[in-house]
Amino acid sequence: MATQVVMPKLSPTMEEGQLSRWLKKEGDKVSVGEGLAEIDTDKATMEAQALATGVLRKILVPEGETVPLGAIIAIIGEPDEDISGLVTEASKGAAQAEKKEPVEERQESQPAKSDAPSDYQPGQWMGDTASAEQPTKEAPQAQPQASAGGNGQRGDGRLIVSPIAARMAADAGINLHNLTGSGPGGRIVKRDIEAAMKAGSAAQPQTQSAAQPQEEQARPAPVQQPAVQPAGGAAPYREENVSTMRATIARRLVTSLGPIPHIFLTTEIEMDRTAEMRKQLNALDPENKVSINDFVIKVAAHALMRHPAVNASFQEKTIRYYERADVGVAVALENGLITPVVRAANTKSVGQISREVKELAERARNRKLAPEEYTGATFSVSNLGMFGISEFTALINPPEACILAVGAMTPTPVVRDGEVVVRQLMKVTLSCDHRIVDGATGAQFLQTLKKILENPLYLIA
Amino acid sequence: MAVITMREALNQAMREEMRRDEGVFLMGEEVAAYQGAYKVSKGLLEEFGDKRVVDSPITELGFAGLGVGAAMVGLRPIIEFMTFNFSILATDQIINSAAKMRYMSGGQFKIPIVFRGPNGSAFQVSSQHSQALESWYAHFPGLKVVMPSTPADAKGLLKSAIRDNDPVIFLEQERMYGNKGEVPDEEDFLVPLGVADVKREGTDCTVVARSMTVPLALKAAEELEKQGVSVEVIDPRTIRPLDIETIVNSVKKTNRVVIAEESHAFCGVGAELSAQIMEHAFDYLDAPVKRLSGADAPMPYAKNLERLALPDVERIVKAVREVSYLD
Repeated sequence: MATQVVMPKLSPTMEEGQLSRWLKKEGDKVSVGEGLAEIDTDKATMEAQALATGVLRKILVPEGETVPLGAIIAIIGEPDEDISGLVTEASKGAAQAEKKEPVEERQESQPAKSDAPSDYQPGQWMGDTASAEQPTKEAPQAQPQASAGGNGQRGDGRLIVSPIAARMAADAGINLHNLTGSGPGGRIVKRDIEAAMKAGSAAQPQTQSAAQPQEEQARPAPVQQPAVQPAGGAAPYREENVSTMRATIARRLVTSLGPIPHIFLTTEIEMDRTAEMRKQLNALDPENKVSINDFVIKVAAHALMRHPAVNASFQEKTIRYYERADVGVAVALENGLITPVVRAANTKSVGQISREVKELAERARNRKLAPEEYTGATFSVSNLGMFGISEFTALINPPEACILAVGAMTPTPVVRDGEVVVRQLMKVTLSCDHRIVDGATGAQFLQTLKKILENPLYLIA
Repeated sequence: MAVITMREALNQAMREEMRRDEGVFLMGEEVAAYQGAYKVSKGLLEEFGDKRVVDSPITELGFAGLGVGAAMVGLRPIIEFMTFNFSILATDQIINSAAKMRYMSGGQFKIPIVFRGPNGSAFQVSSQHSQALESWYAHFPGLKVVMPSTPADAKGLLKSAIRDNDPVIFLEQERMYGNKGEVPDEEDFLVPLGVADVKREGTDCTVVARSMTVPLALKAAEELEKQGVSVEVIDPRTIRPLDIETIVNSVKKTNRVVIAEESHAFCGVGAELSAQIMEHAFDYLDAPVKRLSGADAPMPYAKNLERLALPDVERIVKAVREVSYLD
């Protein structure tokens, strides 16, 4: 007997879902529990599992379309069953569902529950791009970029803020559009502003440890709860409060990919000569070994000086061109990420850069960086090569114009002069703010970068 | 300091004022020979005689009007209603005569009268005998409305009310007559009308309570303290004229308010407080003002239903947590 697959309720506040990706095609065999489709809900992209075994006979909702809860999205049945009846029923239901009132929004958002997050806005989500990058923990600045629309559940572009929170935010120069409200209906309330202010000003070594107990007071709910076993066979889970760093990363990044029009340019670089130079340098000074990334930073800084358009910042009415290259270097921390800055990297030797990066990273891991040490970069570099990532797209750290994502260096067979040889290939991807860096501009920067990394003697030519 | 019950405190207040001023007299049902339906006027007949402590027939409109007339000619009557439910019969004299006489006579007649008695719920006295009428009386210009919640406040406020030259509606609570509290031993202990009292200081949430809900709010505050929430409890004491400044200053500190009252919500004092808080402290609110009022139904007779119809400690705790966005 054929079964109708309906849009499932994948989160307590979900009212409709966008079918992001079908994991099975019409005609594929499916069994209970197998992933059927990826659904974008108000909170995240989640997998909808098949509740029946059979063949996916008909897909009724194409990828990219949004339907309300309960709408029929597919039919699973026997390979040769007649499902025409179900298909017509489904299309009738779809017409009716469109007329139906949005399900009990009033009843759902009881003031007692605080589970309503910010409205899902397509384009703000970074689910598909690589891990959250470069959250510089800055003091709150009046960012010119506002995220699309408001924060309320009604999705009508209105900001829902309590009066005191609005005033505190105004006084502290916090952009309310960057915040997620923790009150009912996504309301931004006093503690959200307090948390944002702490996130902005935290990071002094003394205040960091002092901030911990305060952080817990600002969020009176228990920090960690025991594993919850929800009804209905769903996976048990453990809920943890979002840490200040994580909240900052989240807050910063929704002002990145969403508002900034990113373009991504990838090029493949033959790193052999640089690798050889590195080997020689390290042989000269084994106490102070430099890494490939140190070279990338050095060369990027050099290239930035040749391509000022890339060493810039969009400031709404003006474009700021920096006079030196302060390169932010992404450092992974235990539960997050920070980007300490190598100031004037264009004037420093590889060895200097290497020592600084090591020292900054050490202090970053011990949470002993001062705000001026991780804010105000003009360009950022992020390297996931040590994790075996061949290439990835990083998100720009506003208000910078670009970020360079560096992949692993891998010995690869290539054809040179008609022969197959092995070269150390490394892919880099430059993310550009297309408001000020066009494709050609970015590409030219990459050409320079590639040219120098492929022959580092250019540094002294 | 002496520790006495609310009824003793009220008794002392009347006794002291009657000794102090010969014009003060008490009239009501059972106030004299029976020593008071709730024994609040115990011993007064004995000390002052039947010209000053007068048993009336069961005719509220009659003896309320009689009191107004007495006030007009210079006496200072205390008119006791056995419960304020019965004052409903006398509202014409209270509102049309007592409240308006000074205004309508161009100031020629002062009405220094006190209407006092228990207001609100008691123990299973059901629909017609459990009404809280403070918002009715507070509505009319010309009347002062006072609601003490402790023996000390009761004594000090009643003395001030008796000395006040305007009509005062003095609302007691039968459930609280037996409550004990410290009362200063001063010879002439007065609490001024129109001044609120911060019964407990706190920082996270303001609870405005009156009469019966004050002890409940204080218990809730203790409970919430254990949960890490610091509650400030404010007792306005006088509903009209209202000391809104004290309340607003508290809201400016805590950013959130719960109003706990046994009266119904609609058009109640809580509604007035909400409106005034919104007007004066809008920019300081982190959450809408929350009213915790009596159920919108006639008071049931059954004990369990009666309990459900009134605010209690648990519900005050829940309301505070709600406006604090906890759970």
